Amino acid sequence: MIAHASAPRPDTAQLLAGDPFWLIVVKTLGIFVLLVVMTLFMIWFERRVVARMQHRPGPNRVGPAGLLQSLADGLKLAFKEDIRPVLADKWVFFLAPVISCVPAFLAFAVMPLGGEVDLFGVHTALQLADLPVGVLVVLACSSVGVYGIVLSGWSSGSPYPLLGALRSAAQVISYEIAMGLSIVAVILSAHSLSTAEIVNAQQDFWYGIVLIPSFLIYLVSMVGETNRAPFDLAEAESELVGGFHTEYSSLKFALFFLAEYINMVTVSAFATTLFLGGWHAPFFLSEVGGGVLNSGWFGPLWFIAKMMVLLFAFVWLRGTLPRMRYDQFMKLGWKVLVPVSLVWIVLVVCVRALQAGGQTTLNVSIIVGIVVLAILVLVMIIPDRKPASDPNRVMVTGSGYPLPPLDLKVPKAPKRQRRSPVAQAAEPEPTALTPSGVAASTSKEASDGGV
Amino acid sequence: MLEAFEAAAPSSGLDPYVPLVALFVLAAAFAVFSVAAAPLVGPRRYNKAKLDAYECGIEPSPQPIVGGGRMPVAYYLTAMLFILFDIEMVFLYPFAVTSDQLGFFGVVEIVLFIATVGFAYAYVWRRGGLDWN
Repeated sequence: MIAHASAPRPDTAQLLAGDPFWLIVVKTLGIFVLLVVMTLFMIWFERRVVARMQHRPGPNRVGPAGLLQSLADGLKLAFKEDIRPVLADKWVFFLAPVISCVPAFLAFAVMPLGGEVDLFGVHTALQLADLPVGVLVVLACSSVGVYGIVLSGWSSGSPYPLLGALRSAAQVISYEIAMGLSIVAVILSAHSLSTAEIVNAQQDFWYGIVLIPSFLIYLVSMVGETNRAPFDLAEAESELVGGFHTEYSSLKFALFFLAEYINMVTVSAFATTLFLGGWHAPFFLSEVGGGVLNSGWFGPLWFIAKMMVLLFAFVWLRGTLPRMRYDQFMKLGWKVLVPVSLVWIVLVVCVRALQAGGQTTLNVSIIVGIVVLAILVLVMIIPDRKPASDPNRVMVTGSGYPLPPLDLKVPKAPKRQRRSPVAQAAEPEPTALTPSGVAASTSKEASDGGV
Repeated sequence: MLEAFEAAAPSSGLDPYVPLVALFVLAAAFAVFSVAAAPLVGPRRYNKAKLDAYECGIEPSPQPIVGGGRMPVAYYLTAMLFILFDIEMVFLYPFAVTSDQLGFFGVVEIVLFIATVGFAYAYVWRRGGLDWN
């Protein structure tokens, strides 16, 4: 197998082009079933793990260890009433769950689940499609998924879903920038947009270790991209009820739920593909038995294992971190992740260019380090513009009436004077119409009237 | 049996995008079926309050009648910035794939390009376009 690794591999795309049509159908069904089962499993897994983190058992009644709980929940949802609010736009309300669900499935088509295997007597690769633009397919699918969110919120004809959809859409597109930029360094190293070739390029080392800043940015942005805690601002129950799917019920709601969990699985699989060596065994195991652990049906095993680690991280985050505030969240995306990504890309480009130019690694790192430091300092000394604040400013509303300053001091009620008229008589009469004077006179009148 | 299948369906002529279309058809059929089946499978008990928009506490004003709901302008700004950076990514990807062929020229060009977008980015930052209040 070691010799095999160094020998020119048969192109995965060519191998997949040899798939007969019935095998494509089988693989398509396989991916569909895998995603649905992963969703059911992930819902159970999340509830169990979060429950353990909170010292309670979690669902354990339906099936062994509660494994069938999510299936039962899904069936229950199917037999609930399908409500369409009066104000909802009929067709868009109908289409939005479909638009949100289909791209979620579609993105998984390009994930290389494993290497070459014999499937029903045909030598093929464990991947549905190996496109020369595989990475773009995944990004495109996540972009199209935003339409489902926006349209569902807009078509519900209700304020909470509208706000939730806007938040969600702004969040997803903001973090898509960071995600897309973090992938650039991987493509620079692999020289390909094909997912299978990116995995093959990671035989010796994982990009998650070599390009660790990219990996970290990707990890943060994948949580933001999927609207998961601590970035689940779109579904902030305390503010927005359920977010964009507040008005949905029955199977339409189930489709949004399905899409969310499939997206989680997809971004984890994508991270595995781009940064964790895909279906390759971990380093210390890849040499065992002449690379037997790197071949055949061991591939999907490693792939699923790596994916599960990332999915566990999702659950772990949810069990650990409180929800972020929206402005903090957007600040993290636009003011931290994007500039760091851009600087990192420039750094990688420069390193590669200098190495190609025959410089030694030490020279390269020194030169690039100085350049990056200079850029970072430049970026960091740009101060945030402070809002001009004038303490004596009188606020004017749109209608032209001046408002009192918002930090108005409410005068103290003169309780002592009211209680003891004798002490009050000893004090000098208020000469000016100060607030306290006004209050005192009114209270005096009130007490007189009372008597 | 399988050999017969293979012989019957010569595999060379299939476009690489066929599997993608197959998965799309399957997923779309599943989703449309679910959405269409929902009203048929579930019960139907009329209640006027159920069909109202979800509300809590004070009635929102103005009511977001479909298409008429107003939204904070900051979201439009975010969408515009997204387009700006998405276009940047569109140019970065082809460069990343072909960076070795382009050589030093490509490096200079892409650094200039990132710097250009960087100026726009710094401007937006200074003008408070990235702030949420």
